[in-house]
Amino acid sequence: MKYMKPEEIIELFKGRFGDSIIDSKIESKEEGVKKNSYNIIWLMIKLENFKDAVKLLCSIQFPHFAIISGNDLGEEIELIYYFSLYYGERFKEISLNITTFLPKEDLKISTITDLIPGTQTAEREAIEMFGIKVEGLPDSPNLFLPKDFAKDTYPFRRDEKGIYPLSKNGKYVGDNIAKREEEVKKVE
Amino acid sequence: MSKMTYSIPIGPVHPSLKEPMTFNFEIYGERIEKVNLAPGDNHRGIEFMGMQRNPVQIIYLAERICGICSASHPFAFCKAVENAAGIEVPERAQYIRVIIAELERIHSHILWAGVAAHELGFDSVLYISWRAREEVLDLLEYLTGNRINYGIFMIGGVRRDITEDQIPRIRKTLEYYKDIYGKIEDIFLKDPTIALRTKNVGVLTKEDALRLCAVGPTARASGVKKDIRQDQPYSAYADLNVKAITPDVLTGEVNGDVYDRIVVRLLELVQSLEIVEQCLDNLPSGEIIAEKKLVKLLNQLKRAKGRGVGRHEAPRGECIHYIKLNESELPEVWKARAPTYNNLMAWVPMLLGQQIADIPIVIASIDPCIACMDRVTILNKDNGQKNILTKKDLHELSVQKTRRITP
Repeated sequence: MKYMKPEEIIELFKGRFGDSIIDSKIESKEEGVKKNSYNIIWLMIKLENFKDAVKLLCSIQFPHFAIISGNDLGEEIELIYYFSLYYGERFKEISLNITTFLPKEDLKISTITDLIPGTQTAEREAIEMFGIKVEGLPDSPNLFLPKDFAKDTYPFRRDEKGIYPLSKNGKYVGDNIAKREEEVKKVE
Repeated sequence: MSKMTYSIPIGPVHPSLKEPMTFNFEIYGERIEKVNLAPGDNHRGIEFMGMQRNPVQIIYLAERICGICSASHPFAFCKAVENAAGIEVPERAQYIRVIIAELERIHSHILWAGVAAHELGFDSVLYISWRAREEVLDLLEYLTGNRINYGIFMIGGVRRDITEDQIPRIRKTLEYYKDIYGKIEDIFLKDPTIALRTKNVGVLTKEDALRLCAVGPTARASGVKKDIRQDQPYSAYADLNVKAITPDVLTGEVNGDVYDRIVVRLLELVQSLEIVEQCLDNLPSGEIIAEKKLVKLLNQLKRAKGRGVGRHEAPRGECIHYIKLNESELPEVWKARAPTYNNLMAWVPMLLGQQIADIPIVIASIDPCIACMDRVTILNKDNGQKNILTKKDLHELSVQKTRRITP
């Protein structure tokens, strides 16, 4: 099997998607006494090319998928997909984290379960926690939240659709308690 | 004549176990035709809670994600924060972390072996193996002060050193396990009844394991050589030659059944003993933590900006944490993923076509918490009659099957 270097992987993605790659970074970590190192690639890609990027990734080697993490940035929601390539041999594995951004007014992303079936659980979590529509994934009752959880409320959103932490006496204060000490005091 | 199937929901909650979950089975006769998983009954919102706390406080929260993996989650979390904030861990601390993590793997795998024996109806083996597990728990208590929730991990290192006079006690435990390993192997791998109940039961093919992104011993038993300690070695693993263990090392073939999962876990037990031994032999001297003063560390983390991923091979598979620090006391994002999350989907191909009496051992074979076994309802669709099977009844079914097929 031919192993590509992290730089070559980034070149491959840049060659295919050009300006769609917003940012790329290689992180190298040294560990142990012998200071052996491994690499982590961070790729930021525009939403319209996201699925093609995963397809390209699958053509290198069937990747291992770990999880999706999300972050509400205000105007948009950032999703990071964690993959790894070249597992199975010592020091060869490369982590590849692909970031994409979904605008708040149109929270849609197409499913990648047709490419990697193991992503289903994580996609469902993104649906429930961030209110993202994943196109191509059949409807299902809540996996993580209670079945009777409030509609159109998403725990990890930081806007009006999120759940607001309560102050000590049970009143809504919004956002993060620690960030809004004054408001908490007012309510209390 | 149309095929009449029964629907059996199993689960969801037993408060004392960590992963309550509901299974809905469509049963035709004794055979499972369809499996539906419904987790989430015990979603505690730990990530949300974590985002209201500072990173040092999160370590102790992460420790409590799982009672058995209480070294794995803080390990992965501390690595994520160190990567995000650019903190270098002293070499000695890297070795101590690995020693604790491997001792945890020993107790976790023995615990699993006992549970598996119990599911098959060998309660005496459960007692024997859990008695054997006490030895490593005592050692962990001796080293860290606690049997579980060790509280030894800290961002930038570990909180307690392993001193010269503690090492003989560790070696004594290693010797103890080397002595009894032959017995454990004898019981689990040479017993004809265990082989009858586990061979060709709950098969997960290599293709399915890859497609469904299974992790840990579940994936390795299906022939996927995936182990972060080997693929992307971190901490002291980077100095040791750890190899992913697949069942063909011992048996010469890979079937991906429950038996293979037993083989992999038992071989990993030996591997863990070797790793701890190597770590003790090569334990470097020096500091055990990058920043001793907590206030200073918290200030450093408050000013830090960046993102980091930490991965650790927990006893059940890959455990991954992601953190984003944004020049604030609290992290902007914390995402934690436990191994069973990825192994969830692997249950479906394993359970299809199996018998009801095999449900306990197949579900236990990926080493989840079998909280779900608490109660079972058998619903006869035609007359709406409900029969409730308790864990005891289901267990009894499994025991009966063992008796039935034992020559």
